[in-house]
Amino acid sequence: MEIVKVGMAGTMESSDAIVTIEPNTDSGIQIYLQSSVEKQFGNQIRSVITETLRALDVDHGIVRVNDKGALDCVIRARVQTAVLRASDGGQFNWKEED
Amino acid sequence: MGKLRRTMMYVPGNNPGMIKDAHIFGSDSIMFDLEDSVSVKEKDAARFLVYNALKTIDYEGVETVVRVNGLDTPYGKEDFEAIVRAKPNIIRLPKTEKPEDVLEADKLISKIEDEAGIPSGTVKLMAAIESALGIINSYEIAKASPRLVAIAIGAEDFVTDMKTTRSLDGVEILVARSQVLLAARAAGIYALDTVFSDVNDEEGFINEVKLAKQLGFDGKSVINPRQIEPVHQIYTPTQNEIEKSIRVLEAIEEAERKGSGVISLDGKMIDGPIVDRARRVIDLAIVTGVYVEEEGEGIA
Repeated sequence: MEIVKVGMAGTMESSDAIVTIEPNTDSGIQIYLQSSVEKQFGNQIRSVITETLRALDVDHGIVRVNDKGALDCVIRARVQTAVLRASDGGQFNWKEED
Repeated sequence: MGKLRRTMMYVPGNNPGMIKDAHIFGSDSIMFDLEDSVSVKEKDAARFLVYNALKTIDYEGVETVVRVNGLDTPYGKEDFEAIVRAKPNIIRLPKTEKPEDVLEADKLISKIEDEAGIPSGTVKLMAAIESALGIINSYEIAKASPRLVAIAIGAEDFVTDMKTTRSLDGVEILVARSQVLLAARAAGIYALDTVFSDVNDEEGFINEVKLAKQLGFDGKSVINPRQIEPVHQIYTPTQNEIEKSIRVLEAIEEAERKGSGVISLDGKMIDGPIVDRARRVIDLAIVTGVYVEEEGEGIA
């Protein structure tokens, strides 16, 4: 999926995360993570972000995540939402989830 | 005794903090809402959130329900595509007005179950009836599909449709409640009462739960964890009711042993419906944990 504009999802509430995705003028994915639990879970959160982007075929983009203690499933949901919002009318293929 | 559905707690679908802990408060069911509690701009976010939560979080056996947007809205179809794949126990259909609404949802769920390799009939349906037309059609709705396990009355939309407002004694929804109950009982499915919106009015809430139970509802939708315990208390048989029921069941057992036709207890005739009610009290007492049948005690 192509990132063509800024897409944002989530809130600053506890147990949530704000995810912002924007087009990358360079190639590849850049992840900027801010989290109160970064020391302990930073790698885990990064790998959830990377896997979620890969499943959505996102190859280029700048991802900023401000984590407020979100579970992995919340990070995944916020990344999916942000990507879809940043794409040009992209549709999520639910059948690929089967 | 079927499943307990005394309390179904609403959880806004775009609130991760509430979604992750929804099962710890002790309600019989939790209902993640994608409909009225989610703004139009956040429908996509809530759908992804509830989908991922259901796929990941262990709700420890608490019944999971998702209220989707209606199929007549721009969000309904995709809600079904996502949520059926996340396999909640039940999808709750809002603003159901005619049996065709249930049939359309049933057909769509069947199609998605088939595509996703989910055994047919895994995801059940319940229908919320929230308008005059829905109430008029409630029996047709209740028996529209074997997938439908419950119908619920949604009073806020209903009173608006009726050009009135809700009152504490609920006189304006008495006919609708009764109609929903009659339809559910005739169709052999559960009937669930509407929410009570003022969480600070405990007395008003308790009175309403007592009324709902007396009418015959299986349970009530709740909007705050504080409302769970009072409902469970009201729906739990008292010691007096349990003792009375045990005596009824013992009397019938004794009479059957003796082969006597007419049974009386304390000068009152005991007949079929009384025995059925006593059995139901004991079943409810067992599943709510206030009565333990002793080994070999086996009442009737």
